[in-house]
Amino acid sequence: MPKNILEVKDLKKYFPIRSGFFSKPVAWVKAVDGVSFEMQQGEVLGLVGESGCGKTTLVNVLLKLEEPTSGKVFFDGLDLFNMDKKDLRRIRKHLQIVFQDPFWSLNPRLLIRDIVGEPIKVHTELGGEELVKRVGNLLEMVGLPRDGVYMYPHEFSGGERQRIAIARALALSPKLVVLDEPTSSIDILSQAQILELLKELKKSLGLTYILISHDLSVVSHMADRIAVMYLGKMVEYGPAEQVFSQAAHPYTQALFAAIPTLDTEGIDSIATIEGNVPSAINPPSGCRFHTRCPMAKDICSQKEPAMVRLGGGHTAACHFINQK
Amino acid sequence: MSGYFEIENLNVGFKTFEGEKNVLDIDSLVLDKGETFGIVGESGAGKTVLALTILRLLSTPPAVIRSGSINFNGENLLQKTEKEMRRIRGRKISMIFQDPMSTLNPVFTVGEQIVRVFMNNKKLSRKEAAKEALSMIDMVKLPDAGNIMGKYPHELSGGQRQRIVIAIALSCGAEFLIADEPTRNLDVTIQAGILKLVAELQRELGVTVLFIANNLGLVSVICNRVAILHEGRIIETGKAREVLRGSRHPYTHTLLNAVPGGSVERVLPGVLMPGGEKGTSGEGCRYYSRCPERQDICRARVPDPGEISGTHTVACHRAFKGGEAGAKEYSGS
Repeated sequence: MPKNILEVKDLKKYFPIRSGFFSKPVAWVKAVDGVSFEMQQGEVLGLVGESGCGKTTLVNVLLKLEEPTSGKVFFDGLDLFNMDKKDLRRIRKHLQIVFQDPFWSLNPRLLIRDIVGEPIKVHTELGGEELVKRVGNLLEMVGLPRDGVYMYPHEFSGGERQRIAIARALALSPKLVVLDEPTSSIDILSQAQILELLKELKKSLGLTYILISHDLSVVSHMADRIAVMYLGKMVEYGPAEQVFSQAAHPYTQALFAAIPTLDTEGIDSIATIEGNVPSAINPPSGCRFHTRCPMAKDICSQKEPAMVRLGGGHTAACHFINQK
Repeated sequence: MSGYFEIENLNVGFKTFEGEKNVLDIDSLVLDKGETFGIVGESGAGKTVLALTILRLLSTPPAVIRSGSINFNGENLLQKTEKEMRRIRGRKISMIFQDPMSTLNPVFTVGEQIVRVFMNNKKLSRKEAAKEALSMIDMVKLPDAGNIMGKYPHELSGGQRQRIVIAIALSCGAEFLIADEPTRNLDVTIQAGILKLVAELQRELGVTVLFIANNLGLVSVICNRVAILHEGRIIETGKAREVLRGSRHPYTHTLLNAVPGGSVERVLPGVLMPGGEKGTSGEGCRYYSRCPERQDICRARVPDPGEISGTHTVACHRAFKGGEAGAKEYSGS
């Protein structure tokens, strides 16, 4: 059995809201509220949910860009929030991220050599000609010409820039790469190329991905497992095919119903969820989705549903799952 | 002469240091009153330039409108003076842009921005304008209109902002709406809401919508007819169903096959990188350098659009000679 590369246990991240500069927090934004999951090496986890549901905060904590309020994260068996600096530095190499917008994530004043080479300089002794050669290899790996080394980001198109961002993320041969909406700001044909590139790299380098996307077609194309989040909670988790074909949670079903695809025709073929995502400051009691849920009953506002096992590693948190 | 909205032989170029580049080359595009027409293409295909040309918002220079006519209600928009255009923009033809954050002014409340439109265009008093603004916000289905009026753009969510933009666009009774990827970067649930709103307003107000999209699923859901734009030329046009399910142009196949989804095992076909210089007005089919089914004739001669059926036209040499391009239909997931 392959070992778990990532284990997340009851992770919470609350942000304080203060009314004055030195005053005590008056309220908490519960951005991530008790999330647990495990990932195996070589897996792709698709993280899905509306904006404001805590996807990015979760990932920030996993990458140790934020300290969690409580809970534990084990990476490769090591406790991420309880280790000495030396270990941490070693582990940072293995945790990388590709951001959403390659127009913002690449410094316009730096040569590609310096953008992609920076992590290498920080973590290894490589320099000079050797470094340029290594950056050239990385560019080739993501399908860009070697002589891009001495070019600036503005000389590349959106899709090419995203390739550069991927090259930078892969510069230190990481184990886990977070892809934060990697194709949402680029064209459909470039998107197809980037997705195939990411798949190929995963296979050849044995990478593990956490893919954040609001485009469910992208997620279904890439992910082995899907986690659906709503207001800081994970409401459904399971193997991709199972979640897509038999979505158990009403929120997941509603998300799928909203996607326009080539097989849908006419405006009535898509459905939208009524209302907005409630504030995470004072989230609704009980099940957090009950304010918008089409099948909500009294119990939903009183009691928080527990994760129900549906077999095959598929779980969902809803009171009515057994009754369907 | 006859159509409600008709573009003929439109040719738009951009002056650059390397000479003039051809950006738009449209033989004919006809829209019927009250329909939703989709324009699909990659970035750089000329979708936004088309929208800006219709509204005469292109700055000339660097752009040059070399020839052609855009007939709207029997009048040629390209021959209007700037003063006449100002009376058309907003009142007859209106536009929703991609990013609502940069469309709205961040230093005024959204209510103020709608009120100003009424005060300037319809010469209403502030009080009357405020009343009209409230009803517009109601129309785009934002709850608690009075409260929304006092908010600044940054206090609203992306979907709410886009609704305000739609309210402004329709506030002066425009009958022709250009929507330039209005749901880009919005969540699917919010996107569904905006699409439903556009469809509903169209039904109620009889607005004609030119919907620019780069997502074919969107087109399938909201458009009656669609045109595929490739480097400034319309290479295939027809009813949404005809183009999306029975496409005859290899470029349309490529676009359809590039839609991700299905399963992890499915491999998206290798898309050839653009080989030729973009925007050159050279001879031959502009898709030649990337086309998987190219022939010698494709380089020599520009394919003329030919009819597959009364509503479906394709500009490809292979589509008619019983070639493979004709036989192959979209067979996605």
